[in-house]
Amino acid sequence: MDIPRHWRLKKQRYALVGEVCGHCEAKVFPPRDICPECGEEAKTLYQFSGKGEVYSYTTVYEAPAGFEESAPYTIAMVKLAEGPLVTAQLTDLETREVKVGMPVEMVTRKLRNATDERGMLVYGYKFRPVVG
Amino acid sequence: MHEVIIAGIGQTEVGEHWDISLRELAFYALEAARNDAGGLRPQALYVGNMLSAALSHQSHLATLLADFAGLQGIEAITVEAAGASGGAALRQGYLAVASGAVDVALVLGVEKMSEQTVFNVEAAAATGLDVDYEAEHGLTLTAQAALLMQRYLHEFSPTAGAFAGFPVTAHANGAGNKYAMFQKAIKPETYLRAGFVSEPLNMFDVAPNADGAAALVLTRPDLLPADFGHVPVRIIGSAVATDTLALHDRPDPLVFHAARLSIERACAQAGIKPEDVNLFELYDAFSVYAALTLEAAGLAGRGEGWKWAENGALSLQGKLPISTMGGLKARGNPGGATGVYQALEATQQLRGQAGPNQIPEASLALVQCLGGPASTAVSHVLTNRPAA
Repeated sequence: MDIPRHWRLKKQRYALVGEVCGHCEAKVFPPRDICPECGEEAKTLYQFSGKGEVYSYTTVYEAPAGFEESAPYTIAMVKLAEGPLVTAQLTDLETREVKVGMPVEMVTRKLRNATDERGMLVYGYKFRPVVG
Repeated sequence: MHEVIIAGIGQTEVGEHWDISLRELAFYALEAARNDAGGLRPQALYVGNMLSAALSHQSHLATLLADFAGLQGIEAITVEAAGASGGAALRQGYLAVASGAVDVALVLGVEKMSEQTVFNVEAAAATGLDVDYEAEHGLTLTAQAALLMQRYLHEFSPTAGAFAGFPVTAHANGAGNKYAMFQKAIKPETYLRAGFVSEPLNMFDVAPNADGAAALVLTRPDLLPADFGHVPVRIIGSAVATDTLALHDRPDPLVFHAARLSIERACAQAGIKPEDVNLFELYDAFSVYAALTLEAAGLAGRGEGWKWAENGALSLQGKLPISTMGGLKARGNPGGATGVYQALEATQQLRGQAGPNQIPEASLALVQCLGGPASTAVSHVLTNRPAA
């Protein structure tokens, strides 16, 4: 299942590696090579801190195919400390109530189960409430 | 550029057509539109479809449908722009006829959702998001709309049930459309009691996926048959605009920038303002989309689009009728066919063929469909006023 596609994304998925614009210093995630702020080339790799806060969130009860075992799950847009928004699941919530503005940090977790006989599992970033 | 007339319209009922195949569904709408147009011979077919490859395992769709309709030999192409596919197909048909390259064009929207479970349909529809950075994290179109609505509630604090007016209006109008999936009005209390799909989105904030096909025949005024029996409806504005595909890539996700751009361009071409129209067929796949669209059109300030849904302002008798034949919420949302249904329904209004839902003396209509959260936006302006 899509092995090269997932393999190519390992830096982004496992380490939140995006880019920094050499012209205006904007931090870019996901990487897109053209800076969304100034329109110049942005190809210098930049690793994000993984810190951020919840911008918006919701719960998925009836999961799409491939995510059945995760349901119900909470998915959010997270505003990274360096500026960009990312879409990711929230995890390790236990009984905690999610709120807009809640501080969160990146962790690596299983994103979805294998959907074919090759049995590949896809790992990537999720965000959990900041501990302590 | 030539004047472009909508010379024929045809549609199937929207719903779950277990007994009708993709090709048959398309054929019924094409035949109805061709009969309505009175003998015009099409030279090209533009098909709006979103998911036939995923849900019916059929690509190369336009050729199949031209073939099945007995139109072998003509030009035929499928146009895909997620939920905006139908509007994008209309845009291609419009350009072909306006340019003079094609005399008579068929525009068809068709979608067959009932072949698969809702889970497979959600997963297939999510391929219209940014797959690497949204869908692979478990985001669906519905969950994305919930994220938008949650943030909207956080920033603007509208009243409880602020969005009720959108589905209430749509269902009231669906009751007068025999092609609609839901033909029963609902009360505001019903909205407030409804279960959540993804908080804060409840089941009445979400338009139902459905099967359906709608078709239009486009041509130039000089080619209309001598016995043409309808009020000629002209397309006087047509525009497509795009935004970032992923919602998280926008500087302000609560601004539907492409929706604004496409309305501005279509209205500028038509020489009108959005507030001039007698009806607005907007894209109410989710009620929060409707609110954000009214803001994008400049008809409401930022964070105030929901106020239109109060006090019946959007009803058939209101200041700005929307979703006049039920919209996506009550007529149903047949994916890539939706944009063609919207243009067809606006044509019914401008011809005076809208039955119990007729808006008296309607002469100017704005029609818009969206792919995702206005990642693509297609707008058209239609009128029954004679050319100057």
